[in-house]
Amino acid sequence: MFAYLVRRLFLMLVTLFGISVVIFFLLRIVPGNIVDILFAAAGYVDPADKANLEKELGIDQPLIVQYWHWISGFLRGDFGYSYVSEKPALQEILPRIPITARLAGLALLFSASIGIPLGVISAVKQGTRLDYALRVVSLSGLSLPSFWLGLLILTASVAMFGQIPIFNPNPQTWLEAFATYAVPAAAVGFRSAALTMRITRSSMLEVLRQDYIRTARAKGASDAAVNYKHALKNAILPVITVIGIEAAFLIGGLIVTETVFNIPGVARFLVEAIRWRDYPIVQNLVMLIAIVVVSANFIVDMLYAVFDPRIRYTD
Amino acid sequence: MRSVWALAATAALSLLAFSTNTFAGEPKQGGILRMYHRDSPGNASIHEGATYSLNVPFMPVFNNLVIYKQDEAQNRMDNIVPELAESWAWVNDNKTLTFKLRQGVKWHDGKPFTSADVKCTFDMLMGKSQQKFRQNPRKTWYEQVNDVSTNGDFEVSFNLKRPQPSLIALLASGYTPVYPCHVSPGDMRTHPIGTGPFKFVEFKANESIKLTRNTDYWRKGRPYLDGIEFTIIPNRSTAILAFVAGKFDMAFPTEVSIPLLKDVKSQAPNAVCVVEPNNVATNIIVNSSAPPFDNIDIRRAMALSLDRKAFISIMFEGQGDVGGTMLPPPNGLWGMPKEMLETIPGYGPDVNANREEAKKLMQKAGYGPEKHLAVKVSTRNIPVYRDPAVILIDQLKSIYIDGELDVVETANWFPKIARKDYMLGLNLTGNAVDDPDQSFYENYSCGSERNYTNYCNKEIEKLFDVQSQETDVAKRKKLVWDIDKKLQEDVARPIIFHARTGSCWQPYVKGVTVMSNSSYNGYRYEDVWMDK
Repeated sequence: MFAYLVRRLFLMLVTLFGISVVIFFLLRIVPGNIVDILFAAAGYVDPADKANLEKELGIDQPLIVQYWHWISGFLRGDFGYSYVSEKPALQEILPRIPITARLAGLALLFSASIGIPLGVISAVKQGTRLDYALRVVSLSGLSLPSFWLGLLILTASVAMFGQIPIFNPNPQTWLEAFATYAVPAAAVGFRSAALTMRITRSSMLEVLRQDYIRTARAKGASDAAVNYKHALKNAILPVITVIGIEAAFLIGGLIVTETVFNIPGVARFLVEAIRWRDYPIVQNLVMLIAIVVVSANFIVDMLYAVFDPRIRYTD
Repeated sequence: MRSVWALAATAALSLLAFSTNTFAGEPKQGGILRMYHRDSPGNASIHEGATYSLNVPFMPVFNNLVIYKQDEAQNRMDNIVPELAESWAWVNDNKTLTFKLRQGVKWHDGKPFTSADVKCTFDMLMGKSQQKFRQNPRKTWYEQVNDVSTNGDFEVSFNLKRPQPSLIALLASGYTPVYPCHVSPGDMRTHPIGTGPFKFVEFKANESIKLTRNTDYWRKGRPYLDGIEFTIIPNRSTAILAFVAGKFDMAFPTEVSIPLLKDVKSQAPNAVCVVEPNNVATNIIVNSSAPPFDNIDIRRAMALSLDRKAFISIMFEGQGDVGGTMLPPPNGLWGMPKEMLETIPGYGPDVNANREEAKKLMQKAGYGPEKHLAVKVSTRNIPVYRDPAVILIDQLKSIYIDGELDVVETANWFPKIARKDYMLGLNLTGNAVDDPDQSFYENYSCGSERNYTNYCNKEIEKLFDVQSQETDVAKRKKLVWDIDKKLQEDVARPIIFHARTGSCWQPYVKGVTVMSNSSYNGYRYEDVWMDK
């Protein structure tokens, strides 16, 4: 077990090193840097001013020196300063993480709490009008882009209630705070809920045809017990896998949703930072995300090993 | 007796009604003005930026020496009023501009304002001080200023190399605040200190900008508002919907396009909206240093092919202006009159006749129906650039030019233009001050950093100086018209149109004036109040 752990840990560190190199050099491959953008915004290019600014920001150094400067700082917990706001990068990044985490968490909750029950109902009621209706809903969830759905929600809210559910930085009540996140979470979670529903339905249909389900029914188990206790329990594994994958993909949907609902989260901030070529923000933020994802994988690997001893010997 | 009481009651009611009407028009103190902001400005230092995304939120923090009167839409020489200066005078054959400064003014951190602050600011703008701005986009404005000298704490003089009557106009722009000597340029980018009606509270990039009332403001009774809060909403659809829903008291100035204006008026019929020119000219930059546009015939043909009215009707539903370099009248002070404009090739009303002439020039250059000229039309990847570029490509087809759109990210736009890596480009040029000195020297002067096409005509250059020194406005206007005509005939940077844009606010917001010949100078907001 110890050798397995050491091997996995080593692999994790190699992966993180590789990610750091990829992030750093990919950013430099993209044409233009912060200085180009600042001068573009000012509408002129003064070579002397430009050189001074590049020197001030340290982007006139050879790439390898810049990389070493960044990665050594990162390891020491010194994330540097944002090129744009000139504030410490960590101070810019940290307050935004809980906002996106809350939104992502709610979106996943929405996805699971809507997708799984509807998937079960759709499977149990296969071939009925209800099944068809739910399948249409799930298909539309997969087909509607989240930015369009977001704008539709905003437009409808304004037209029907004269209110717009965009981000409220100072909610007065718990309900207001919840609403601030719930509506965008529903917009971004709708697609995910649709996918969860489809996977649940197909998985349930497969399980419902198994012998042990027939046996349960023959033994007089109620429909609810059969569907939720016996069938869903066995059908849920692929659904959990999909929700896990969706969680990783959620960041893409959140960029759009944070923009439409004007939520000052990490996803929109990352896009803005990329637009400004704000290297300290982009590099550190992506690296932090990478650490979270790689660490989560590491923990999952460890858990697999704990629950299934064969993995330790075969992997 | 009953009738006496009735009479008294009627009189009392009349008096009440009268007094209500009177007070309804009188400014009220208090309230936070909520406005959305179209994007997150790079920093908070007006002197280091060249976008009114900076002026709108940060102009209220500062004062200038002088300023265009904030309650008049048109910026003119005769409506420039003192601000940190109490008075000014031209002396020494119009080669020295002396200001008497206001006494008792304090910076927001409590330190006193003196002439040293004025000297510091302009020395830094002229690149003469130890401390430097990271970027100094308007250094050329002060090329005729030899130095700035002080006489005691409350008098300051701008000593010029030659007379330049327009200097006072440049000093009145929203781009010309006075900075404190004791705060570094770096600190001014993150936490600006001014003398203005509002104090800076915080700037959260991509989120919000907050200002609060300066209770120690030198102009007693101002500002009316307790503060201003800008919420940064880059998505225009969200921003407009939020304004319609009443989440904001004001839309970002000049940010409501003409087509969007209809939506706003239909969904928020009580909103007050005005449409004004923003003094931003959409123009074509031509790389005349390389084939095929090194051939003047092809450049002229291209200029002749333009159907300017089509651009305006497609993009602004007819609400735009055709003109030369200077914004046309009546809003513009220096634009050529219509009769003169129409004598310039390509500006005549008969577009088909112009295009026939253009075709002849193209044939002379070796192109025709059988042999089209393939060009790339480069432009920034922003709708206000991209949309007219597409129309331009369509119009060029009529004279055997096949254009291909080449969209360039903002980060790469100026480096690309600087290394002359383009054939044709579609560009926008904003003018902070409606004055020929600002426009001519910046965009057409030999060696100017903003002269992207490197157009250089020594004769014209001399004329720039002649008009710049002319103190007689009528004579100067005539000179400016001649120069502008010549610039268009030389196809230096063909102007397609001058845009108009909308600004909207809720009906209870009072005292807002949208400038009609610049979108950079009208955001002090000390006279704005809310009737609610």
